[in-house]
Amino acid sequence: MTTATKESRKTVRGRPQLFTSYAREMSIFNTRVKRNWAIVGILALGILPFLLQRDMVALLTTVLIYAIGGIGLNLLTGYAGQVSLGQAFFMGLGAYTAAVLGGESKGDVIGLGWDMAIWLPLAGLVPAVIALVLAPLAARVRGLYLAILTLGLVFIGEHIFKEAKPITGGAGVGRAPADPVFLGFDLFSNQTILGYRIDRFTIFYFATLVIFLVLAFAARNFVRSRFGRNFAAVRDRDVAAEVMGVSLLRTKTLAFAVSSFYAGISGALLSIVIGRISPETWNIFLSIDFLAVVFIGGLATITGSIMGAVFVVLLPKLVNWITGFIPGAGGIGDGGLLNVFELQTIIFGLLIVLFLILEPRGLYGLWLRLRNYFKAWPFSF
Amino acid sequence: MVELSADTLLDAQGISLSFGGTRAIRDVSFDVRRGELFAIIGPNGAGKTSIFNCISGVYRPQEGSLRLDDDELIGMAPESIAKLGVARMFQNIELFDNLTVLDNLMLGRALHMNYSVASAFIFSPNVRRQEAANREAVERIIDFLDIESHRNFPVGMLPYGVKKRVELGRALAMEPTLLLLDEPVAGMNVEETEDMARFILDVRAEMGVTMILVEHDMGLVMDLADRVLVLDFGERIALGEPAQVQADPNVIRAYLGEDLTGALTEA
Repeated sequence: MTTATKESRKTVRGRPQLFTSYAREMSIFNTRVKRNWAIVGILALGILPFLLQRDMVALLTTVLIYAIGGIGLNLLTGYAGQVSLGQAFFMGLGAYTAAVLGGESKGDVIGLGWDMAIWLPLAGLVPAVIALVLAPLAARVRGLYLAILTLGLVFIGEHIFKEAKPITGGAGVGRAPADPVFLGFDLFSNQTILGYRIDRFTIFYFATLVIFLVLAFAARNFVRSRFGRNFAAVRDRDVAAEVMGVSLLRTKTLAFAVSSFYAGISGALLSIVIGRISPETWNIFLSIDFLAVVFIGGLATITGSIMGAVFVVLLPKLVNWITGFIPGAGGIGDGGLLNVFELQTIIFGLLIVLFLILEPRGLYGLWLRLRNYFKAWPFSF
Repeated sequence: MVELSADTLLDAQGISLSFGGTRAIRDVSFDVRRGELFAIIGPNGAGKTSIFNCISGVYRPQEGSLRLDDDELIGMAPESIAKLGVARMFQNIELFDNLTVLDNLMLGRALHMNYSVASAFIFSPNVRRQEAANREAVERIIDFLDIESHRNFPVGMLPYGVKKRVELGRALAMEPTLLLLDEPVAGMNVEETEDMARFILDVRAEMGVTMILVEHDMGLVMDLADRVLVLDFGERIALGEPAQVQADPNVIRAYLGEDLTGALTEA
């Protein structure tokens, strides 16, 4: 602990906005409240799996994986302003990199069976390097044109995944994902730790939680560094950014690379939760899911991406539960007015529309409003 | 008045710029001396902003040469020109609207930080040190421009006059050797104009920055500038000290139109 923070600690109580050093003001949790909420959140994430059933733990793992991918896409779309539909392609790349390096060799399908300590970083780095190669193309166009260009990427990717049978197993067949064995410790098998039997879903949940926390904090650091500012500059005014000495090409390329790194890791982990990966998984709908995470959570916020992931992954569950109370909307295709899946799609679409109209800053914006209300309470402003 | 040094900072020779058949700048030459406050005036569409765009690398003139000290600017990318110390204030405010005043000014310091991507992810001590040092530099500018109270507001929410000041601050944060001011007082009332004029004079006196000023407010130009370049339809029609330029018949014709008294008597 530096002396500056020690000194400021005394003055902070009761006056959270009083900063006595730049280091203090720039720190990641610059008020007590923020820090305490983060601690509460992390503790809750640590306790939850012991209170929930197995399928809910798996769902929670999916939330964390979506949050990782969502943060990646938000860096590109929210911070750097480059709308990308290519998320699914980079997730697929990550999943197959992991599967080839860390999976088992079966029949014609290649698998090297390496340790997770090797395949996990590479599952991020390989998509990042490929993004590095593609970015100069993508950096030439913007807005809708970029969206269409990255859309093309998803279709080309899906086709390549279907044809590259030794790597992907081919269309309709698929392959087993990478084995999450970290330094000899299997993260996806039941283990007995200190006399407690912990099932494999919980073990893998904790592994994902650690990866998620590392990546989320890294992203938070990244966006408050000069690179995060450069991203926002390129998004808001590209001509002015150039005149300030910020290179458009280099900044956009960096955004694509970092975003694809996150997407790759997310894809590799998602394939393990799904259990079997087929080329059809990495289609345009997965990309749209992640755009929904970013838009519903709020553009250009890391916390928002996490909220968005919770929302997008848990909403279908919630809708399932609600449909029990709606007459005529029951079951799976048993001749009612609407089946569960139709209702899910309708509610999902409706919520996206409502968010865009009522609170363009997304869930994070709602949170800000709530916070400001209680900050000013009992006054209205 | 600051004593002018004799040496040239920016030397423009025979610059021509055209867009298809439209010739925006035709064979314009001028030189800006170190420490000088140089003004460019002319009617609308005379090519003033185009000259700024050539200097900052946004446009590339087809002919001529533009030398800053020993570097040829034509053909360089905008970010490379920024590295040589050319900063700019835009005619239509080009601030980063969603960022706070603080972040906007910190972006002006983009070239003063050099930590790596990897160190940014872990926010290493080196990153902390560089951020804090640049923050201090930015705070000095905030203090200088008297915008402390707006520090943490998104720029998009601020009133026009303050935005202009923030834009000046962002340019100053770059610690430029040459500062391009494109209509810094356009749309301002008398009081705001006087404030801005004072800031411009202070910048010159305290920081010794060479400035090129494009402005329609003739009072401001004639009071502040050491020398004035007058353009009309992309051509240079006069260059000299304010009093000299004001008396120049070509300038009067460009601004007030042709003297038709002779034409009338002939008819």
